[in-house]
Amino acid sequence: MSATLYERIGGEAAVNAAVEVFYRKVLEDYRINRFFDNTDMDKQIAKQKAFFTMAFGGPNNYTGQDMRNAHSRLVKSGLNEEHFNAVMEHLGATLTELNVPANLIAEAAAIAESTRKDVLGQ
Amino acid sequence: MYTLTIDESNYTCQPGETVLDALLRENINISYACKKGTCHSCMVRSTEVPPQSAQAGLKKTLQTLNYFLPCQCYPEQDMTIKLPDQSDFYRMGTVIDNTLLNRNTILLVIAFADAFEFKAGQFVNLQKSDGVTRSYSIANIPQQSNTLEFHIRRLPDGKFSAWLHDEVSVGDSIAVSEPRGHCFYLPERREQGLLLVGTGTGLAPLAGILTDALAQGHTGPIHLFHGSRDIEDLYRIDEMRQLAAQHPNFHYTSCLSGKNVPEGFAAGRVNEIALSLLPDLKSWRVFLCGHPDMVNQMKKQVFLKGVASADIYADAFLITPR
Ligand SMILES: Cc1cc2nc3c(=O)[nH]c(=O)nc-3n(C[C@H](O)[C@H](O)[C@H](O)COP(=O)(O)OP(=O)(O)OC[C@H]3O[C@@H](n4cnc5c(N)ncnc54)[C@H](O)[C@@H]3O)c2cc1C
Ligand code: HEM
Ligand code: FES
Repeated sequence: MSATLYERIGGEAAVNAAVEVFYRKVLEDYRINRFFDNTDMDKQIAKQKAFFTMAFGGPNNYTGQDMRNAHSRLVKSGLNEEHFNAVMEHLGATLTELNVPANLIAEAAAIAESTRKDVLGQ
Repeated sequence: MYTLTIDESNYTCQPGETVLDALLRENINISYACKKGTCHSCMVRSTEVPPQSAQAGLKKTLQTLNYFLPCQCYPEQDMTIKLPDQSDFYRMGTVIDNTLLNRNTILLVIAFADAFEFKAGQFVNLQKSDGVTRSYSIANIPQQSNTLEFHIRRLPDGKFSAWLHDEVSVGDSIAVSEPRGHCFYLPERREQGLLLVGTGTGLAPLAGILTDALAQGHTGPIHLFHGSRDIEDLYRIDEMRQLAAQHPNFHYTSCLSGKNVPEGFAAGRVNEIALSLLPDLKSWRVFLCGHPDMVNQMKKQVFLKGVASADIYADAFLITPR
């Protein structure tokens, strides 16, 4: 059996490292930081961990419906394609910064991209 | 098969079953969401040291207190578990001092017959006989004399703080919970920079943390910033200045955000001043206590300055909504 992307990318340690870098980028991006503001930072970081575990194809039991529910509040306050693209940008930049090989970044990006319609409630 | 004990009742954890699944099977009311170790909503505490894998991702201070994630825990021995909502155990203490620190803050000292174990910087709940309960931070380090020291600010019409100020006097008994919270110093990486930022009585836990770090021989720079609007609401200014004179690695700045700023004080908001004086916080450890707005804003600010989220410890002094 071949190792999963999650294992190849470095498992939980990789998720933890990625969250720190990613969340700094998101908080500094005026296009999207309003979605992440005004919430408890520790809780937000836990959600980012869920985001990366999922993007790395790791253990999670989120369904498309869960993704819809998790982001429906944001869609109501204007979440759109541009915002989604910004998050994809930061995902790529974060993994590049952490020296993740390009082919693994592409795999993670493809997983995240596959949630677009659900995240945007389309 | 291992036995899980909660509140004197015993439950069995089957082989290959997590503690969370065992408790849910036994209809124990425990909160959870992800079952993956990410959300931390299932976190509970054990009397025994839990398996390491059940503590992954938790703050170091929580790990030392044996907190763990039951959804990630396959027991390696019998465990005694304390649920978060399990009613607090209160002990009676005796007030031995109640004096003014400034125009609206008192120093309250409570003594106990037996040793009271805690980590400097933790808080306890104090309870009145009518059941009203409030959290207050411990301002000292564990003492031979088994005393706890508190700094309590009077809030206008504050139920509990006004009672402590006006009606509690030396010799009275008061109910005190077990210590709580994970905002405290751990004696590791002693060369690390420590940034302590507090508003008002946020100085209480920070004073405890500072005393502890100095007593444990912390060698890295320690910067304390204490702020309020008016000078009349600061306290222990001279003591802190003296301490800074005695310890070359300890630096103290008192900050005033109001109009009147005498010489020797920094003008502005305490978090902004700290950030401007310490531009590089990479690999520092940060403690934030006091006003919830300052604490939450500063958490993000220091994180953006490069502090790892695991190195940020905070107690926001949330006021119970009426
Ligand atoms: C972890 C933690 C640690 C803490 N440590 C400390 C400490 O070390 N020292 C300290 O002094 N405090 C500390 N606090 C705060 C403390 O727990 C109490 O919240 C505080 O003392 C106020 O309690 P109270 O009963 O006096 O006021 P409350 O009766 O709870 O009232 C709080 C304030 O709200 C106002 N208020 C209430 N209801 C209304 C309303 N309907 N409309 C408008 N205003 C209203 C009151 O006038 C008052 O000013 C801490 C809190 C936490 C969570
Ligand atoms: C790229 C694909 C995305 C994936 C795979 C993803 C995944 C997730 C996951 C797993 C959660 C946690 C859900 C939970 O358990 O509560 C979450 C929450 C969240 N996501 Fe996303 N997300 C994506 C895109 C976005 C975008 C584009 C934004 C905004 C710009 C966003 C903002 C948020 C916020 C703010 C939360 C927290 C919601 C709350 O407060 O409960 N996400 N996301
Ligand atoms: S249920 Fe989410 S961490 Fe245990």
